Amino acid sequence: MAELINLLLLGMLAVTALGVVFLKDLFAVVMLFGIYSFLSALIFVNLDAVDVAFTEAAVGAGISTVLMLGTLSLTGRQEKMSGHKTLLPLLVVVTTGAALIYGTLDMPPFGNPENPVHQHVALRYIQDSPQEIGLPNMVTSVLASYRGFDTLGETAVVFAAAIGVLSLLGLPKQDRAAIESGLESHLVLKVVAKIIIPLIILFALYVQFHGDYGPGGGFQAGVIAAAAIILYALVFGLPLATQVVQPGLLKALAALGVLLYAGTGVASFFLGGNFLDYNVLAADPVAGQHLGIILIELGVGITVFAAMLSIFYAFASKAERKNIQ
Amino acid sequence: MFEQHFLILPIVLPLMAAPLCILLGQRQLAWLLATLVSALSCVISVNLLYAALDQGVLSYAVGGWAAPWGIEVRMDAASAMVLSLVTAISTLVLIYAKASIEKEIDSSRHTLFYTAHLLCLTGLSGILSTGDAFNLFVFLEISSLATYTLVSLASDRRSLTAAFRYLVMGTIGATFILIGVGMLYMQTGTLNMLDLADRIAQSGPSRTLNTGLAFILVGVSVKLALFPLHMWLPPAYTHSPSAVSAFLASTATKVAVYVMVRFIFTIYGVEYVFHNMGMDLILLLLAIVAIFKCSFMAMAQSNVKTVLAYSSVAQIGYMILGISLASAAGLMAGLLHVFNHALMKGALFMAVGAVLYRTGSVDIKAFRGLGKKMPLTMAAFVIGGMSIVGVPLTAGFVSKWYLVTAALEQQHWLIAFLILLGSLLAVIYIFRVIEAAYLKKPDESAASKDIKEAPMLMLIPMWVLALGNIYFGLDTTLSVAAAESAAQWLTQSSMSVGGGQ
Repeated sequence: MAELINLLLLGMLAVTALGVVFLKDLFAVVMLFGIYSFLSALIFVNLDAVDVAFTEAAVGAGISTVLMLGTLSLTGRQEKMSGHKTLLPLLVVVTTGAALIYGTLDMPPFGNPENPVHQHVALRYIQDSPQEIGLPNMVTSVLASYRGFDTLGETAVVFAAAIGVLSLLGLPKQDRAAIESGLESHLVLKVVAKIIIPLIILFALYVQFHGDYGPGGGFQAGVIAAAAIILYALVFGLPLATQVVQPGLLKALAALGVLLYAGTGVASFFLGGNFLDYNVLAADPVAGQHLGIILIELGVGITVFAAMLSIFYAFASKAERKNIQ
Repeated sequence: MFEQHFLILPIVLPLMAAPLCILLGQRQLAWLLATLVSALSCVISVNLLYAALDQGVLSYAVGGWAAPWGIEVRMDAASAMVLSLVTAISTLVLIYAKASIEKEIDSSRHTLFYTAHLLCLTGLSGILSTGDAFNLFVFLEISSLATYTLVSLASDRRSLTAAFRYLVMGTIGATFILIGVGMLYMQTGTLNMLDLADRIAQSGPSRTLNTGLAFILVGVSVKLALFPLHMWLPPAYTHSPSAVSAFLASTATKVAVYVMVRFIFTIYGVEYVFHNMGMDLILLLLAIVAIFKCSFMAMAQSNVKTVLAYSSVAQIGYMILGISLASAAGLMAGLLHVFNHALMKGALFMAVGAVLYRTGSVDIKAFRGLGKKMPLTMAAFVIGGMSIVGVPLTAGFVSKWYLVTAALEQQHWLIAFLILLGSLLAVIYIFRVIEAAYLKKPDESAASKDIKEAPMLMLIPMWVLALGNIYFGLDTTLSVAAAESAAQWLTQSSMSVGGGQ
């Protein structure tokens, strides 16, 4: 049954991808991207990878769609005709696809417990992480502790992306005089948004601090919290949103999150451990692991929240300036 | 107390300094912090290089988790050599940048420039230090994103298209590497490089591993601008701020060469890549085409930065040629050229940046008569140029010498001849610039302009690199010992794993 569902979902994924290729209306393409991400998230759920599914839904379908729409508001919604020849690119794509299929021929059989991925490193994570780290969610144990250095790097990637967008577009200046609402007359939207936004923020906090026990963690929480403010900005207008969360503050927060993460690692130096060794953070190693993971997840959450929101601000303010002209 | 943590510091220091720059928010302070952190990383890296030459290999378990369960930071002569080079160049470029970016980057973006530079340094150090294949990809992403930002910072609007082009190509390259690493993981269940090497040797070739290798090599080739995947490089180096061109030309592609060496020699092993898959012939052909095609392209350019950019693609050809010889001597020559080429291109791009600073142009016409007006800058250019050509007593001569010897060792007379022929082409494109500077009279309009020598802060780092070209041409003890030890270590480990079966 599970395989049947997978096949169905993969088929829909292929159809969506083809739609993306052939459609010229970029607005529709962005929507299809969102659908593509949701379908991938479903596949991940079906594969029991709920953490990944959660991230895919929040980042791929949620925030990416908003950012791409932001881009469209700056560039226009019709794809330009390209003057490129299509023969060589087609050849490259076909070769790449053929290589990928060739590579699957010797692939370990799908879902077999004897596969190398289940028999080597993962085995220890499953057997020893409850004693060594003490978290019910092993995914969090792996990404925050065993491979915490990767996650620090990923946080730096998000930070670098924010720096890149800020250097290109700049942050909006706070302008108290020009408070105008994006959707002035939509009373229903305003009321609904006012009810939903506190709940979204509450949910973000739950996802942030419950990541040790269930699916979730800093990445998802940061994105969800940013989504709450983005919703506010969409309904009540960017100037009001920038008064609630100031652009300058966001820039500092993005930096602070990375510093909190790396600082937790450096704190281990002074307590006699290696970089990011949380065992030494408390008298009891498991308690130390727990403390370390909460701290670094918080760092991730803060940076992701601030980076996503400042990227949105940058796009939105550019679009507003364009509209005024 | 920090000595046992030296291995991780060249990554952690710039990583923490980057957000601090944002918090400081003031460009002078950001410059000071970036330069100090970079210099400190450099001192630590050189320390590590001597330790690695002494002890062979250094290892550090991040998070206290032993490999392969945790991520290992691992340093041997090859990584320590390139790391010392990258941190040293970064320090010199930062000193140079203070004056240089005044005229090329809008002053409100200077803090962002230093932040992006530090992030790029973090990524490059991470790639060089890590012993984990996926971790390498993460740091590659940090350095790439920071690089695109750096390129786009120039006030010249063409830098935006150049950065975008670079972003698209670079992202495809990175995705290919990720797919390759995924296939490796699927087949072996591990990401640690040494563990991967063991398990690949045990399991032997398979279609999945072959495809993984193909994807990784193509992806890395985009990153190191191997012909014909180099199309992003000339516009990126031409339109980015001069300090960025100098930094990227002497570090980013070099680190990508290192990544290729790592995957070929440490993870897959010479046996697998060269004997089973026959990659040596493909790399060799592409390298030779790169040397000739791009040297000719360099001759046809009027923008001197573009000349140097095409020359970079050609010089990368020499490094790949060394690797493709599949011998310890060839690899050593390739690595040595990585080191020496960084010195040359750093000096050359800095000299061109100084010309841009004073004249506002990098067209070859702007160089006319500069031999008299900017004597120190042009002298540095001449030294760097002679090193590119491979004139004796310069660093470039040493690496060409070892390359030719490595080719002759395997009786590849034709290859040795082609290497020498390629150097002659370099004479032409470098001499065009020198001729303009010393032998041609400036235009009437330019002659009346009062052009002064570049400021001290630009001249000092430029001359450090120029003198480096001469020093490492005369006293090769350190560079050759490091490259030799690196090559020996890499080929030995790869032979012993392959031979152990």
